[in-house]
Amino acid sequence: MINLVWLVPLFPLIGFLINGLVRNVLPKGLVGFIGSFSVLLSFCVSVGIFVELNNSDVKSFIIPLFDWIQVGSLSIPFSFQVDPLSSLMLLIVTGIGFLIHVYSIGYMHSDAGFAKFFSYLNLFVFFMLLLVLGSNYVVMFIGWEGVGLCSYLLIGFWFTNSSYASAAKKAFVMNRIGDLGFLIAVFLIYSTFGSVEFSNIFPQAANFTDAYLRLPGMKLGILTAITLLLFVGATGKSAQIPLFTWLPDAMAGPTPVSALIHAATMVTAGIYMIARSNVLFTLAPLTLDVVAIIGLATAILAATIALTQTDIKKVLAYSTVSQLGYMFLGLGVGAYTGAFFHLITHAFFKALLFLGAGSVIHAMSNEQDMRSMGGLKKKLPITFLTMLVGTIAIAGLPPFSGFFSKDEILAHVYEHNKVLWAIGVIGAMFTAFYMLRMLFLTFYGNFRGTIEQESHLHESPKSMTIPLIVLAILSIIGGFIGIPEVLGGKHWLAEFLTPVFSPSYAITTTPVMDHATEYTLMVVSIVGVLLAITIAYLRYIKRKHVPVSGESVERGFLAKLSYHKYYIDELYDALIGRPLNALSRFFYKIMDKSIIDGLVNGSGKAAVETSKGFRLLQTGNIGFYIFMMVFGVIALLVYGYYYGFIIFD
Amino acid sequence: MQTVTQTIQSVPLNHYILFSAIIFAIGVIGVLIRRNAIVIFMSVELMLNAVNVLLAAFSVYHNDASGQVFVFFIMALAAAEVAVGLAIIVMIYRNTHSTDINVLNKLKW
Repeated sequence: MINLVWLVPLFPLIGFLINGLVRNVLPKGLVGFIGSFSVLLSFCVSVGIFVELNNSDVKSFIIPLFDWIQVGSLSIPFSFQVDPLSSLMLLIVTGIGFLIHVYSIGYMHSDAGFAKFFSYLNLFVFFMLLLVLGSNYVVMFIGWEGVGLCSYLLIGFWFTNSSYASAAKKAFVMNRIGDLGFLIAVFLIYSTFGSVEFSNIFPQAANFTDAYLRLPGMKLGILTAITLLLFVGATGKSAQIPLFTWLPDAMAGPTPVSALIHAATMVTAGIYMIARSNVLFTLAPLTLDVVAIIGLATAILAATIALTQTDIKKVLAYSTVSQLGYMFLGLGVGAYTGAFFHLITHAFFKALLFLGAGSVIHAMSNEQDMRSMGGLKKKLPITFLTMLVGTIAIAGLPPFSGFFSKDEILAHVYEHNKVLWAIGVIGAMFTAFYMLRMLFLTFYGNFRGTIEQESHLHESPKSMTIPLIVLAILSIIGGFIGIPEVLGGKHWLAEFLTPVFSPSYAITTTPVMDHATEYTLMVVSIVGVLLAITIAYLRYIKRKHVPVSGESVERGFLAKLSYHKYYIDELYDALIGRPLNALSRFFYKIMDKSIIDGLVNGSGKAAVETSKGFRLLQTGNIGFYIFMMVFGVIALLVYGYYYGFIIFD
Repeated sequence: MQTVTQTIQSVPLNHYILFSAIIFAIGVIGVLIRRNAIVIFMSVELMLNAVNVLLAAFSVYHNDASGQVFVFFIMALAAAEVAVGLAIIVMIYRNTHSTDINVLNKLKW
């Protein structure tokens, strides 16, 4: 089965080609079937691969497909790597991808671009699988760029709305900044290790700790430089400070896209990439600190923004940014398993929450503002129950999946640095608060929308509710793959991933925590979460508080900061956007219009003017012409006589 | 009885060159200063024939017949040229009632 791994990305590619090329001919039912079934086939193959890998003694397979680039000493094969990390990612991408494809059949049924949507989704799954499977940084980079492209296409899916189209452009440009970092990192890797293959780089890495990159005026460890640049790439793709502002805007895309690309899979590519390169990062402690601090800062910043947002998808988007921050925090303190664990559980519950939000939006006739919702519990029972599961899972109450993964990260953070841990727990409380706020505002209280919307309220079709139920079940049991020892579990995930992370664990020794501390940490975080839930309950159920609408409302300073997203978009606009615009205008008006156009037009004009002078020679007088001809011949003869190009003997 | 070759060679080559140059110069001056198209044609013929004389003379002095072959070519060419040129001049005369080339100065900037 492992040798057939190339089938996994092939099926979605075929689906994309069929749906993309003959989409105007196929009936909708068939389009949906092809789109979903191709991913289902991939999922089946992935399950086969996973089972075989789990039973096999060898834990890393490299399946070469063909030699791609062979120039001099540069050799880049197009090959796939199957190991515990990539096989788990395969399951997530194809499994959740399949559920979301099924969901999209219901969600997009009345959209004019139905087939186009499915072809883009299939293309996305294909590129994501390339990213995951690539056995070197270059194949990974193809997938990395490809998912960025699909993200752009799908955010701007309703491109006739110009603000959606500009959200797509924003995502694309932000990603490009990160991609530049990634690309430079790949160049540095090649120049340092002479290869881009994971299996060649990582064993060599330990020898390169003393190598330095000489920059003007400073000396930077080569591994630090590489990993920092890789991290820049990760901040772009995984929406971390300073490149996170595209993700909330990316909610302009259809909701299944938000669930698949901007919650479950693509945005976790950065975490996957760092987990894949864990050896390099472990050898660069400076980078790890940067990763941890940026991750935590992002987690807190996004969580505080989510506290006051009123658009249901924006809340989830900031929550995604915040959770990704936690994953980076985990990576930064060396808890690679914990971070990857959180990636898995987050994929379950965040996809669930987005799909649930999509179901609500579908029922509300495309209304996304929570201020117009309320009391939907009775009308949308399945959506409500599944979203309740998702909310509890992300808030982090046992035994739901989010608890185990978040707790594992926080436990490692505690060992690493107690201040970071405290901030992390506060962030977790924020998470619980804003998620419960979202749940209460949407499903409890009285309906606040229009009468028309109320009459139209309905539970979503089966194709949408079944994925919700499946994801809800996964959100409940997903945490059981990593029950910590202290709770009597075996932590199957850590065991399974050991072959991938063991080189890192060999470099750093993690202090073993005693069980009492671990219990205390768990209790502290559970109490904190319960406290946050109680506050949310008192505020939004007991006092029936509804965020007031309108921009002119007086808010407290902090609330205002949070509501306006810390003015970060405005800050970027003032610091980068406007100076760039001014510079462009300068170049347009002065350089282009005056200097370059002046040169071009000037040379043209000069030719015209001199021609105007010379044309007077054409008098029309034949005698003059003949005279000039004779004069010319004589002149030539004289010249030839004196300078010898005509031979006179 | 002297042969034609000996007769021609009895005059020094320089004389032929000078003679041809004078005839050629007369032709050139005629072309330059006359305004009647027919006279200009005649001057052109003078120039061509000046060259013919020179070619014939050199051909004899060098004992090489190819110079005289050229003379025949030039004669044929001159005949063709006169046929076309006179036809043009006739057409010009019909349109302008003159053969003065200074009347034909419309084709200019």
